[in-house]
Amino acid sequence: MADRTDPERPRRRVALLATCLVDQLAPEVGVAVVRVLRRQGVEVEFPRAQTCCGQAAWNGGYSDEARALAERTIELFEPYEAVVVPSGSCAGMLHHGYAELFRDDAAWLARARGLAGKTFEFSQYLVGVLGVVDLGARREGKCAYHPSCHARRVLGLRDEPELLLAEVEGLELVPLARAEDCCGFGGSFCAKLTELSDAIVAAKVDHLARSGADTLVSTDAGCLLNIQGACRHRGLPIEALHIAQVLEARAEGVP
Amino acid sequence: MSGLEIHDAFLDRARQALGKEFLKQAVRRTTDRLRDGRTVAVAEAPEFEAWRDALSEARRRAIGRLDAVLRAWVERARAHGVQVHFAADAREACEIVVDIARSKGARLAAKGKSMLSEEIELNQALEAACVEALETDLGEWIIQLAGERPSHIILPVVHKPRGEIRELFERHGGEPLSDETRVLAGYARDRLRAEFLRADLGVTGCNMAIAETGSIALFSNEGNGRMVSTLPRTHVALMGVERIVETQADFAHLVRLLPRSATGQRVTTYVNVLSGPARPGELDGPEELHVVVVDAGRTAQLAERDYREALACVRCGACLNACPVYSAVGGHAYGTVYPGPIGAVIEPLYARDDARRAELADASSLCGACHEACPVRIPLHDMLVRLRQDNARRGRGGAMSSALQRIAARAMAVPFVYDAAGRIARRAARLAAGGGELGRWALGSTPGVRELLRRRALPNMPRRSFRELWDELERER
Repeated sequence: MADRTDPERPRRRVALLATCLVDQLAPEVGVAVVRVLRRQGVEVEFPRAQTCCGQAAWNGGYSDEARALAERTIELFEPYEAVVVPSGSCAGMLHHGYAELFRDDAAWLARARGLAGKTFEFSQYLVGVLGVVDLGARREGKCAYHPSCHARRVLGLRDEPELLLAEVEGLELVPLARAEDCCGFGGSFCAKLTELSDAIVAAKVDHLARSGADTLVSTDAGCLLNIQGACRHRGLPIEALHIAQVLEARAEGVP
Repeated sequence: MSGLEIHDAFLDRARQALGKEFLKQAVRRTTDRLRDGRTVAVAEAPEFEAWRDALSEARRRAIGRLDAVLRAWVERARAHGVQVHFAADAREACEIVVDIARSKGARLAAKGKSMLSEEIELNQALEAACVEALETDLGEWIIQLAGERPSHIILPVVHKPRGEIRELFERHGGEPLSDETRVLAGYARDRLRAEFLRADLGVTGCNMAIAETGSIALFSNEGNGRMVSTLPRTHVALMGVERIVETQADFAHLVRLLPRSATGQRVTTYVNVLSGPARPGELDGPEELHVVVVDAGRTAQLAERDYREALACVRCGACLNACPVYSAVGGHAYGTVYPGPIGAVIEPLYARDDARRAELADASSLCGACHEACPVRIPLHDMLVRLRQDNARRGRGGAMSSALQRIAARAMAVPFVYDAAGRIARRAARLAAGGGELGRWALGSTPGVRELLRRRALPNMPRRSFRELWDELERER
């Protein structure tokens, strides 16, 4: 079943927290997320005043600046029934980072927890909340999956992306050696310690090249930009795609 | 000079490491082997997570009432005839050991592997007092012959090619050897065996003390730990003040977890639990057992809520093996005694005013693999973030970089500024990418971007941001 537009079901409404990376550098990911969710009968809203969740400032050690961004993110998104984020890292920030950030402020901590309780990474929302794995998507080729560190270790994302990818018609999921290793992005890490980031992403790309995949899929635009850039630099014809972009491509006959 | 920092000593050392092909490959091969070993050990023990819970709890419980636990241990240890000394810092610790050596007229101290000994620089102190200090752990001996520092807390010579080790041994013995492990290890065994018998002082570390029994425990694989703690007439053990558990049951969890986390072994070859010197009538064991309990910046962490849990560390090295940064550059890049994620956390804590150590907080992509591998679940990635906050508060890490990051974060809080900045940046990047020589020059002279683009192609810059596409997307419905 591709669509879930059953009139009997109460319509789900979610707010999209697009993330600053997707908004500014990978808008096609946001578009794909919205289209996939709509096909599932989910109404998507986009609170326009959103910017950044504050993760970059928090990880950099700038807690006051991070707090200002976290507060406005909470204020902006807490009215919604659920929040979908096309990033395990930013969703992880809302879950874990905000709890750390507001640990000494009971009122804000409660609000942060309230928001975290209804905030989901995109694939987590599809599998865990909507209960769908087959979205009627189609894509030819071999695909490797890179689990983003923050999605897996901070947010606690499990095999949701792989369950979704396994149902994509024509797509062969190939194993990626040391898939759970960091790709070397790390936000400001790649700008501050670039040569180290280069060495780490090189190891990732080596494994990727050996996997035989023509597509690399992940849940996080940061990892994807980093890995895509390194693949192109080496002239490897591997396309790095957000999982929403893979799921957006519909199989023939699917409305 | 890196993109955003004025100067970065860690990055300089990391660059040197990245230029050494052997080192890079050796470190990665070894860390891969160790973590694969751990993965197998974890997979075959369904109780692994329960053990981790138990050891995490046991270590935090002991740290939580360290004063009382230490007191109980001291009382029992002294009852067994152990002579317990307390040292506030490295200097005091060295003085105590040197005094013991002098009072025994010792000329040769045979040493088991101890990171605490490296930390307090005991070898230098002994040599200054005309006591020869001889490392007897194979790796440590190689390091000593080479005049280097360990680059891993459990595998000190991971960075060294076999050929260099052969050359060191050839120079030492004046005879030709081969690169074979059997030959090299055989040479070390022959040479060290005689020294064990000659040594009048044995020096070891202490993996963990057990309060319930007043004991100290040593884990080792080469047997040298047992030799130096039993053959010489005097045994001195160096113990970090935090390295204690309350009960034997707590200790049992360490026996299960330390080797599995460190190397993937189910158990180390030797586990020695020592509860005093030889008793009257006993044939084996030293006449005197001294334990030097060293603080050196540790108890200060008890009052630091953000970092207190780091005292639970059992020094297994699993976080080093799991860390993408350590695996890429090895231990010497850190420039400290303890490398890797645990080093990046505890080294600044041992010396809070040392800006050189403080910068190690940046030596992480915050991937969290260290926390995932840690047998006592220390949230090292969260601690690194807190250390970065300390650095930001103290104005460390480069004024330019701080200002840029703060301004960027503030701009993010104002939607129209964020929007305009994004537009301008994307447009500039698009122009630069399409603008031939001039464009390449513009990109190549933007700090941060310049470095990133050396090994990465520029992403295709979208014309419009997602928020600019939103109205069209709404019409699709």
